[in-house]
Amino acid sequence: MITGNVVVVGGGVAGMEVAGQLARSGCMVSLIEKESSAGGHIKEWHHLFPDRRNSMEVTDYLARQINHDNITLLTGTTIARMGYGKKVFTVDTENGKSISADAVVVATGFDLFRSERKEEYGYGIYDNVITSADLEVMFRNGEIKLTDGRRPEKIGIVHCVGSRDEKVGNIYCSKLCCITAVKQAMELKEHLSDARVYCFYMDMRMGGALYEETYRESQEKYGINFIRGKVSEVGETIDHKLIIKVEDTLVGRPLRMELDMIVLMAGMEMSKGGEQMAQIFGLKTGENRFFAAADHHYGSNESNVEALFFAGSCTAPMNITETISHARAAAAEVICYLRKAER
Amino acid sequence: MQFDPFVIPFNIGLYFILIYAVVRSIIWFRDLSRPDKLRLQRGFFGKAFGQSLKEIFLESLIHRKILRTNPRLGYMHMSLAFGWFLLILFGTIEADIFGEKHLNPPYKAIFFKFFNPGHGIGGFEAGYAFLMDLILLFILSGLFLAVIKRFTPKVVGMKKSTKLKSLDRVALTSLWLIFPSRLIAESLTSGEYGSGSFLTGTLGSWLASFLPAGELAYPFWWLYSLSLGTFFILLPVTRYLHIPAELFLIFMRNSGIRTGDKAGSYSEIQAHSCSSCGICIDQCQMNFSAGINNMQPAYLITAIRNNEDTSEIALNCLMCGRCDQKCPVGIEISAVRMIQRREVYTGPEFRNVWKGYFRLRNGDHTPKPNGHHVYDYLPETAGSEKTDILYFAGCMTHLTPAISRSMVKILDASGLKWSFLDKDGGACCGRPLMLAGNDKEARELINHTSEMIWKSGAHTLVTSCPICYKVFRESYYLDIEVLHHTQFIKNLIDEDLVRMNFLHKRVAYHTPCELGRGTLVYSEPKDVIRHVAILEETGYEDENSLCCGGSLGNIKISSRDRQKIAVDAAARLTSRNPEILITSCPLCKKTFSAATSTKVADISEIVAEAVIIPKTEKPPLKHSLPVAEAVNIF
Repeated sequence: MITGNVVVVGGGVAGMEVAGQLARSGCMVSLIEKESSAGGHIKEWHHLFPDRRNSMEVTDYLARQINHDNITLLTGTTIARMGYGKKVFTVDTENGKSISADAVVVATGFDLFRSERKEEYGYGIYDNVITSADLEVMFRNGEIKLTDGRRPEKIGIVHCVGSRDEKVGNIYCSKLCCITAVKQAMELKEHLSDARVYCFYMDMRMGGALYEETYRESQEKYGINFIRGKVSEVGETIDHKLIIKVEDTLVGRPLRMELDMIVLMAGMEMSKGGEQMAQIFGLKTGENRFFAAADHHYGSNESNVEALFFAGSCTAPMNITETISHARAAAAEVICYLRKAER
Repeated sequence: MQFDPFVIPFNIGLYFILIYAVVRSIIWFRDLSRPDKLRLQRGFFGKAFGQSLKEIFLESLIHRKILRTNPRLGYMHMSLAFGWFLLILFGTIEADIFGEKHLNPPYKAIFFKFFNPGHGIGGFEAGYAFLMDLILLFILSGLFLAVIKRFTPKVVGMKKSTKLKSLDRVALTSLWLIFPSRLIAESLTSGEYGSGSFLTGTLGSWLASFLPAGELAYPFWWLYSLSLGTFFILLPVTRYLHIPAELFLIFMRNSGIRTGDKAGSYSEIQAHSCSSCGICIDQCQMNFSAGINNMQPAYLITAIRNNEDTSEIALNCLMCGRCDQKCPVGIEISAVRMIQRREVYTGPEFRNVWKGYFRLRNGDHTPKPNGHHVYDYLPETAGSEKTDILYFAGCMTHLTPAISRSMVKILDASGLKWSFLDKDGGACCGRPLMLAGNDKEARELINHTSEMIWKSGAHTLVTSCPICYKVFRESYYLDIEVLHHTQFIKNLIDEDLVRMNFLHKRVAYHTPCELGRGTLVYSEPKDVIRHVAILEETGYEDENSLCCGGSLGNIKISSRDRQKIAVDAAARLTSRNPEILITSCPLCKKTFSAATSTKVADISEIVAEAVIIPKTEKPPLKHSLPVAEAVNIF
């Protein structure tokens, strides 16, 4: 067992996992979360890709992880100031608390790209243009319907909203949206067996375990249509149907299609909280605005500040599996550091 | 006849520069187009002549515009230019009155003290000598500032001074030496003869108290003459050519000559009239927001003069026109830059010859039209139903549908007969291509869009995009009224065609470059906003407005630098925490939306929010066409 106080910033998947691992190793952990409860984005998600199991199973696991005497969960808390001197961090919260710690783990995660920024897709302007996150809420409520209560018959899914898009300043791939689109397309078909579902993609990036298999299944078993082309704009007809304009690059022709509902696959961006942390503490960020770890290959948990470590998707887009692994690696780094400091 | 060999360098320099000026002005005049030649002739014998003289006095000598922008920098330029002018003027009079005879060669005036060492001891002479000393002091004070500026630009209120090439350095050194060497030469001579006024006399008698003044004076007279001669001979190949070139520029401008689309005498003279004062650099957001310091007008023009490849820096500009507003010489910078952009495709029109003493036109090698049409695939324009008002959203507005939706609501509320020209998408207006220098391709698009407009029979064309608005007004041959939607809404309000609620929101207004400096629409948008909300000042009003950073004019800048400019501009505009940042350009709206947490809206959105829909509303169904399930449009 080791001793030491650790502050974990961010109570999402990474923060909860790293807090649990550290508490079990003997550290005293303060887990700081800005929202009123821990859990992060996954709370809002219904089913997870690629196996489509209920996200509750993961949130239950994470809740068990942080159910430990060594963990103080501070919800509704944000950090105002943070100082480091004589190997001790002083973390001042906005609500006037001061915590000292031997190490800090930053697990501030990601923010979903605000789809309003891609105004040409009409999110917030046209009814029935929704995001992948909105669709998950519909799935959870068990009902997929248009704002006028009808069932959608033709649904378009737009990939790469805020990802691989130089115009919004994000040239990186968010990596999870393709598989999310495939998963959501299949689930839409399960809810609405008569509906036709079209995915508009630039490239299908099916790099994870079981992704390619799921992609294939979506075509063979569910009849999802995949059209290769970046959507240029969305318009509306008088009877409130949506018109999507896209170039079908495989046929080499511009295409326009009338749809009832459009789902935007919002990408992942560095979180606002993370940006604040970077500013407060001079943490290095990369071209993609996520935290830049000390080494891309073997130091992905280390930062440019001693005793401050990164965990999870605050360094790059990651799925749940990767986030949990990265969080465990961060815990190992912290333990290693505290051991060295003890000596 | 009073003569001494030391005046030879000065004489060579002076006669060289006079002959050079004549030859070069003949070349410039010959290269003018016929209409421009006529303009210049008419200007020379008309009202323009008087105006030009006045402007030369106010701008070339007093430097009024620089004085307004930056008093210390203005004083520096004024003391050097106006002071030198006075010194020559009063020196000539001095030589004429007090010299051995009337009508002397110029060197007699310049080196008056040397030839009349005992002059200025009593009475009227002493008063005149006092005046001459005062003028010299005036110049020296400016020179003092110039030396400081070169090493610490901040002292004269400049963030950055221009970089120099080596020949400029030699010329600069000779320029700097002229007046101190005159001071010392005159002082030493005065010291020897006990003459001179408060400056040269005092300094002279002090120097003479411990130095052999008589022997030392002569080498300083040589230095004075040499530095003058060197300066004159180097003048045509350095930036100091701006001193005579600006005189030509003022005459030509007042005669009604403008830059146009192609390089010619006027653009050449403009390039040579730039004094590299650097005011444009301080104005440039690429500089102060993104730290890019190599493409500003002063650098572009230096590169043109030095015959360097300008393609990179010519294209690396947002074309916001902030520099145009502030150029003290009145160079049409954006037009000059556009010429350089076109030359990326045609090759340079002019080249330096004779070590840069002259620039000659290259042989005409404009590429022959190859008959290939880039936009063959555009659909035939269908004749739409006849209408009064034609609304053209433009491609940028299609990417910001909140604006076109608002305009549809406002147009419907007005009760006017209107139609949505590019409801189902149209072609681009052509301006982005023009800004990139692709005029031929732009012309094809212009013809296509013109046809769409002609076929509608409308009397008014309303557009939501300032980029389209500018190009419709300037590059289309439409005999109908063209309005930006801010002007159109203003008309609706004035004619009481729409009524609005007052929204009680504190808002700031950003003037888009293309609408403000581009087409001089400043007051209408603000009038409309004041009608529905509380408009607050931003500190960047009208011609001083900022560029949002999203400009289509720059095809070289990285998205990161673009974002820096956008974030910085948005922060400046929202520094007084308005509830909404209002603009009137879809591109500005899109750029700012991603750059600030303040709500950003187009003027049409806030008007649409405030507009009262009349009770007898007609169903607005006619503007949409049914669309088949999946149609290949082309």
